[in-house]
Amino acid sequence: MSFDRIREKLNILADAAKYDVSCSSSGGTRKNDNKGLGDSHSSGICHTYTEDGRCVSLLKILLTNHCIYDCLFCVSRKSNDVKRAAFTVDEVVELTMNFYRRNYIEGLFLSSGIFKNADFTMERLLLVCKKLRLEQNYNGYIHLKTIPGASDELIKEAGLYADRMSINLEMPTEAGLKLLAPEKNHADVIKPLDFVQKNIAQFSADKKLIKHVPKFVPAGQSTQMVIGATPESDKDIMYTANAFYKNFSLKRVYYSGYVPISDDTRMPVLGTQPPLLRENRLYQTDWLMRFYGFKVQEILNDANPNLDIDIDPKLSWAIRNMQHFPVDINKADYKMILRIPGIGVMSAQKIVQARKFGKLRIDQLKKIGVAYNRAKHFITCVDSPYQLKDYQGTQIKAFILAESQSKYLKTDSNQLILF
Amino acid sequence: MIYIFDGSLTGLLTAVFEWFERKPGSTSLKSMMLYQPEAFRENLIVATDQEKADRVWVGLQKKLKKDWLRKFYCTYLSEIPEAYDHLFQFTIYIFQNETGAASNYGNDHVMALSKYAKSVEREKHRMEAFIRFQKTGDGMFYTSVDPDFNVLPLISNHFKNRYADQEWIIYDLKRKYGLHYNLKTVEEITIDFASEVNQKNPGLLLMDEKEELYSLLWKDYFKSANIVARKNTKLHVKHVPKRYWKYLTEKQLG
Ligand code: SF4
Repeated sequence: MSFDRIREKLNILADAAKYDVSCSSSGGTRKNDNKGLGDSHSSGICHTYTEDGRCVSLLKILLTNHCIYDCLFCVSRKSNDVKRAAFTVDEVVELTMNFYRRNYIEGLFLSSGIFKNADFTMERLLLVCKKLRLEQNYNGYIHLKTIPGASDELIKEAGLYADRMSINLEMPTEAGLKLLAPEKNHADVIKPLDFVQKNIAQFSADKKLIKHVPKFVPAGQSTQMVIGATPESDKDIMYTANAFYKNFSLKRVYYSGYVPISDDTRMPVLGTQPPLLRENRLYQTDWLMRFYGFKVQEILNDANPNLDIDIDPKLSWAIRNMQHFPVDINKADYKMILRIPGIGVMSAQKIVQARKFGKLRIDQLKKIGVAYNRAKHFITCVDSPYQLKDYQGTQIKAFILAESQSKYLKTDSNQLILF
Repeated sequence: MIYIFDGSLTGLLTAVFEWFERKPGSTSLKSMMLYQPEAFRENLIVATDQEKADRVWVGLQKKLKKDWLRKFYCTYLSEIPEAYDHLFQFTIYIFQNETGAASNYGNDHVMALSKYAKSVEREKHRMEAFIRFQKTGDGMFYTSVDPDFNVLPLISNHFKNRYADQEWIIYDLKRKYGLHYNLKTVEEITIDFASEVNQKNPGLLLMDEKEELYSLLWKDYFKSANIVARKNTKLHVKHVPKRYWKYLTEKQLG
């Protein structure tokens, strides 16, 4: 295999794979007990970050960017005039092993355009996994794309070697998907998601009875939606996410701000900035649902179908619900403390532990890590200054914005901060 | 009162033992390496004693849960002068209070240890992430580092478990010692670098013939994975502070 040819292939097939934003290597449980290569770090490791600030932990490539479909939002679509390439199974195996040995990566994220048909493609992907696991004693992470339309047998076998499987919804609603990819529908995604989910449940039930049940997709499933290519509201997006978390026990839903790659009139024009701030707000909402005990309906509903752009969704919720505040830091239960703007999960836990030793003061809250200037509008503690008048939510918002403006004025609009 | 110890963990624990023997009241602990005599404060030079230290450690194990023993050790590895005193005060505080006192985040020493430990764990995590091995002609995977804190003891197991089927060396240039995994165990080593040898890359002439190909492919990959429309240098630098770039193959020119 020639030096230049393999470089060219990698450039083409990494470039085509990068729009899948998932890079998580977390949730793996594989141990290196065959004295082979690699193990899984349960919380994942980012080995580097791209210049756009995204984590790189996996070698993310397509097996090939040849595709028989023509999805408008995808660079690999049949009608797009791009260079095509295909790796051999062995090339992928060798790249993975050699990158892994040098501590470049946590593992492999393998996806593919669909060539010939779904089963033919899925078979090749499966072969890569089997070679890595069985011939190379590789225990690093494998994230495998499920190819829609592949047979149950192939998907089930793949689940024995992959740590995570995913299949992308692409557009948040069926209508959106139909608009840009008439040949596709959500049902094709739901069927394999459901099939894999049932198998995960079955394997873990068996594990309780029999000791040596093999692992089956131990890091669970995820999916991705493209944001901003079609006109869905934030409510549409997050209600879909919520339903998929519930129905298929997904580990993650990813939101990928659409990066224009096509001049078709049904899509945002080339050169449009990807909606990065909106994407960030969606992730924040996702976190509020998963770690802060919020119901999606509390954050997004018919009265509020879209997230505020100027403030984060936790603050928005608090300002709309001032009747719950101020919260007494020394008395309130953990769940309520979590809902206070300026207090994250770690700080909330520390507060609940520390107050057993005595009532907390402002300086202690600051040391614990509370963003006090934000939180002060919503709490009382031992030495809170006496407040003469009750401020309205809108006034508090103005205070906080004025303050953060001076602080963040110079940072660009796509600054990513979680609360 | 000032206690002065030799900088070792055993010495630090001995100091706690001596304090409880004498109960001299308010005392601070300093490392001999950094100590500058203060005219008006009495001092005591602690004679490091393994037995006394062991007794204190056993006592601590009874009072602290695993995660706090770990924080204690990490804080020690930070090698920060003030951290030694916090460890000393923390230990006294723990022995003088009921079990569970470590979760009092209102206490200054509890908070200090929690902060130091966090920085050390972050550095450990960064080393696990940012180390890049180079394969030498004789099949050894080599890298050198100069971490902010003494984290080699913390990363040893991670690399041993992960790279069980390849021989590797991780060398700390700042502290002048390294870890060598010989396919069975991890041993501490020191290397006598001839002065003209480039320490970062002593095997340059003896690299495996494929080394160049893979580092080139990795650099290519790093470039392809970037989405230009999303460029965000600020965020990039926040995740990978510039002082770590020297480790990263993908950040080297060419
Ligand atoms: S099937 Fe997949 S690879 Fe092919 S055009 Fe559609 S999204 Fe792209």
